Amino acid sequence: MRRIYLDYAATTPTHPLVLKAMLPWFTDGFGNPASIHSFGQEAKGAIEEAREKVARLIGAKSEEIVFTSSGTEADNFAIKGVAYAKEHKGKHIITTAIEHHAVIEPCKFLEKRGFKVTYLPVDKDGLVDPRHVKKAITDETILISVMHANNEIGTIEPIKEIARIANDRGICFHTDAVQTVGHLPVDVDELKVDLVSISAHKFCGPKGVGALYIRKGTKIVPFMHGGEQEHGRRASTQNVPGIVGFGKACELAQKEMGQEKVRLQTLRDKLISGILDRIDDVRLNGHPTQRLPNNVNISLEFVEGESMLLNLDLVGIAASTGSACSSSVLEASHVLLALGLPHELAHSSLRLTLGQETTEKDIDYVLEKLPQIVKKLRVMSPLYKPGKK
Amino acid sequence: MKSRKDLWSLYSEKVMEHFQNPRNVGEMQSPDGIGHAGNPVCGDIMELYIKVKDDIIIDAKFKTFGCGAAIATSSILTEMVKGKTIEEAMKISNKAVAEALDGLPPIKMHCSVLAEEALGLAIEDYLAKSKRK
Ligand SMILES: Cc1ncc(COP(=O)(O)O)c(C=O)c1O
Ligand code: FES
Repeated sequence: MRRIYLDYAATTPTHPLVLKAMLPWFTDGFGNPASIHSFGQEAKGAIEEAREKVARLIGAKSEEIVFTSSGTEADNFAIKGVAYAKEHKGKHIITTAIEHHAVIEPCKFLEKRGFKVTYLPVDKDGLVDPRHVKKAITDETILISVMHANNEIGTIEPIKEIARIANDRGICFHTDAVQTVGHLPVDVDELKVDLVSISAHKFCGPKGVGALYIRKGTKIVPFMHGGEQEHGRRASTQNVPGIVGFGKACELAQKEMGQEKVRLQTLRDKLISGILDRIDDVRLNGHPTQRLPNNVNISLEFVEGESMLLNLDLVGIAASTGSACSSSVLEASHVLLALGLPHELAHSSLRLTLGQETTEKDIDYVLEKLPQIVKKLRVMSPLYKPGKK
Repeated sequence: MKSRKDLWSLYSEKVMEHFQNPRNVGEMQSPDGIGHAGNPVCGDIMELYIKVKDDIIIDAKFKTFGCGAAIATSSILTEMVKGKTIEEAMKISNKAVAEALDGLPPIKMHCSVLAEEALGLAIEDYLAKSKRK
């Protein structure tokens, strides 16, 4: 059977060239980058080369890149690291209601330890209003964290404006750019951000590697204590093959990003308009234009998300949903609820995220199968009254 | 790589079979009892219709808005109640429904509660209606 992967926002396949670049560093290049001998120095050379590639992709200096084990770690590092470094100045953090759990949970953790956190609301399209950021700032505010683009609904936030507000008040600004770096141009100086979280596996790099960009001069407490790796900011022997793969993924992204963005956007729009044309009672979630080039998120009224995913999987299509039923804690997506969606619509959401292997044929296949599945489930649904609208 | 069969290892084969080919879907013309249950855990809904003759459930139909487990439990429930007396049907527990499907993952047990509740309510409705007659 055909298998079509449309869950690239969850993770991507490692690019063959990335894998190829990584392999020697498991075997011949196994040295510890902290060692003085040639084995160690070769490995060190490899991670420094990768660091330059990561830095180049986001317009940073290589000494401003700290490798981490993931996007999640980069987020934790940024939030807790700045909170602990600045707690004598104030204990207030501003973030948004739609952040990834990797930001929300460290914030909640800090709340239990005496910090105050403001979770800004978003509008119906998922946009944060920079004016709300401005209003939320107090003398106690030490950190503002707003994601670059949302992983569920694809909305791209006006972080340049928000960063300017933070800069004007001398407040540290972090952005979780896990969904944008490698897909859209991100330039730390143009955006004027202090901290940026990146994850390799979201753009054809390996899993378990990420980075935190830390602007020179930013006060931050080390994430892990131990050896002197990463200039003492993140102890532990580096994941050399992973980091090399991450560097390679950045190099490839820099070359291919522009064209790929246009290609995906065309496919995305075809998928969105195709669904809207073929199925009634569908709502597009997220901003209509200010959204990730590969993200489609819709609510198909009267149909529950998990049963939709199961049916799609049975015809070979891999997707995801914000339905409570498919979550391990049986809660609907906090992002969809933050848009003001009623519970039933969050329940009925379907996310399809496209990537480098997605073709027009795949889109046609989805457009053929999805209406059939929705029809089948609607016949079964007590909420669906045909001809109601 | 896992084979297709393993992919939804979350659910038993029986659950998947009922999920793919649900029995007795739809509304019923003039049912003798209707049970409308809502799931407080995740917000799902089940409607169960029964037809009763001489104290025996002769037909059952359902409509469900919910996950794979909710659809499969609804489907098998309609099969289980058919041919049973009201008294027998009242004894069907959510556990029995889950067992008939070769088990449900712990996190999905609450979906079978939805089926048990819908059945209880449908029977209640039937009893109330027949008293009135
Ligand atoms: C916006 C966002 N932040 C953080 C993460 C976490 O990244 P990682 O999987 O590398 O821990 C993800 C991915 O799940 C994400 O989409
Ligand atoms: S109906 Fe929601 S988890 Fe089963």
